[in-house]
Amino acid sequence: MRGEQVNLQNIIARSATPVPSPQERTGGIDRVTKLIDVSRCIGCKACQVACAEWNDLRDEVGECVGEYDNPLDLTPNTWQVMRFDEYENEQGNLEWLIRKDNCMHCADPGCLEACPAPGAIVQYANGIVDFNSEHCIGCGYCVTGCPFDVPRISEVDGKSYKCTLCSDRVFHGLEPACVKSCPTGSIMFGTRDDMLDLAETRTDFLKSRGFDNAGVYNPEGVDGTHVIYVLQHADKPEIYSALPEDPSISPMVGAWKGVGKPLASAAIGLAALTGFFHYVTAGPKELSEEDEQAVRDDEAREREREAREERDEGEERP
Amino acid sequence: MSLAKTDPPLQRYSVWMRLNHWLVAISFVLLVLSGLPFFHPFFWSLTGLFGGPTMTRILHPWIGLFMSLMFAIMAVSFFKESLFKRHDLQWLKQINDVLANRDEKLPPVGKNNAGQKLVYWIMLVCIPLLLITGVMIWQSLVGEAIPITLRRLASLGHAYIAFLAIITLIIHIYSGIWVKGSFQAMVRGRVSKAWARHHHDLWYEEEMEKERKHREISRRHDPTGKEST
Repeated sequence: MRGEQVNLQNIIARSATPVPSPQERTGGIDRVTKLIDVSRCIGCKACQVACAEWNDLRDEVGECVGEYDNPLDLTPNTWQVMRFDEYENEQGNLEWLIRKDNCMHCADPGCLEACPAPGAIVQYANGIVDFNSEHCIGCGYCVTGCPFDVPRISEVDGKSYKCTLCSDRVFHGLEPACVKSCPTGSIMFGTRDDMLDLAETRTDFLKSRGFDNAGVYNPEGVDGTHVIYVLQHADKPEIYSALPEDPSISPMVGAWKGVGKPLASAAIGLAALTGFFHYVTAGPKELSEEDEQAVRDDEAREREREAREERDEGEERP
Repeated sequence: MSLAKTDPPLQRYSVWMRLNHWLVAISFVLLVLSGLPFFHPFFWSLTGLFGGPTMTRILHPWIGLFMSLMFAIMAVSFFKESLFKRHDLQWLKQINDVLANRDEKLPPVGKNNAGQKLVYWIMLVCIPLLLITGVMIWQSLVGEAIPITLRRLASLGHAYIAFLAIITLIIHIYSGIWVKGSFQAMVRGRVSKAWARHHHDLWYEEEMEKERKHREISRRHDPTGKEST
C-alpha cells in the first residue's frame, strides 16, 4: 500500500450507482486489514485518544456512570469506543473482555447498499469504506443498512460519520492512528493476507494457552471485514458487547434496495405509458349529441308533467 | 368564487372540496417528485427541483405532514360518497366495458364510480401508513429512537406503499384526462346535466329530484301564483 495516492480509479464501489465503478486496474493494490487482538488489549484507550487527535474530533465531556466505557457509545465525533465486559468463564474465573468497537469496513457494506446519494459512500480498492461528506445528505439510510450499528448522524451538520480507517494516512503509506498508538501491539495493520496469517498465529498461540475456542472474527455474511478480531472465545462473539454472531445485510434492507426498485421504477413508467396508449387506442370518454338530447327529453317530460299537475290542481279547485 | 357565465349548471364539488383536493394533489405530486430520488438513483436529478439533494431530504417529510393533514380533511368529506354499493361491484366486473368506452352497457353509477371509490380507499390505507413509516425513518426528528428492525421494516414499507400510491395516482390523473369534463369538474366544481346523466346517472336523478322539489316550492310560493294568497 505504501505510496498509494488517492486515485479516482481506486474507487471500486459507489453508493446509488447502478453502473460499474472502475474495475480495470487489478493487482496493483493489496487489500488492507486492521487486526484487533482482543487478548492483548489492556484497555488504555490510547487508540481512542489517537483517533480523536488525528481526526480532530472532540466529543463533549460526559459523566461517569460507573463504567469504564467512555463515551458510552459511538457518536458523530467518537468514531471508536472501547467496550468493557466482565465475563465469567467456564472455570468460574473473571475475564475482562475489552473490544475496540469501530467501523468494520465490510467487503459487502450495508451502508453503501442502503445509501441513496450517488457517491456519498465509496469503497476503495484497498477495501476501506469511506463516507464522502460532500455528497452525504443526512438521511440516515446508512444507519438502517449497517449490520454493526456504526454510522452516527451529526445534529450539527446533519451528515453521517464513522471511522475512515484513517484512509488519508493509509493513502500516504502510514498505518491508522489507533494502530500507531497501541502500546501492546493489540492493533496491527497491514495487507490482508499478512493480517489473516498473523491472526492465525495468534489464534494458535491462544489455543496453546488453553483458549480452545480462540479464533478469528472475519464474518463471511458480509464477505469478510477489513477490520478483524482475534477473540479468546470466538464461539461466543456476543459476549464481546453484543458482537453479532453471523452479521449480514438484513434481508429487509436487501428487499428494500434490491431488484424490486428498478422493477417498480419501470412499472411507474409503464403505467404512464399504458395510460397514453390507452388514450391513443380507445380514445377519450366524451359526451355525444344523444346525451344532450336525452337531457332535453327529460326536461320536456318534466315540464309536461308539471303542467299537467298544475292543470289538475286548478280543476280540483271550485 | 363567483360563477363564470360559461360554467355549467350542476354543482359537483364545493369550493372547499376543490381547494382541499388541489392542496392534496399538489403536495402529493411534490412528494412523488421529492421521494423518487431516494427510491432509485435513476430519479436522482429530480432533487434539482427542490434546491439540491439535502434540501430535498429536508423538505420531503414536511410536505408529507402537510399532505397528511389535508388528506385527513378530504377523507372525512369524501367518506359517504365513497362507500361501496352493490352496483359498484357490477361496474368493476364490467371494467372491460369501462375501458373500451362502452358506457351504454354499464350499470347505474352514483356520485362516484367504483374506480373513484377505489382510489379513495387505497389512499385511505396508503397515506396513514406512509405517515407512520415516514415519521419512523425521519432521521432529523426521531434520530435513532426507533429499534433497527422496525426502522428497516419502515424503510421497506415506505418505499413499496409509496409505489402503490404512485401507481394509483397515475391511474387517477389519467382518468381525469380520459373522461372529458371530469378535470374541469374538479377545477370549477360544476358539470353539465348531460355529463352527469352520462357518467353518474343515479347522481343525476338525485340532482333532478332536488331541482324538481325546488321548483315545486318556488311554484307554491310564487307571489303571482294562485296558491300563495
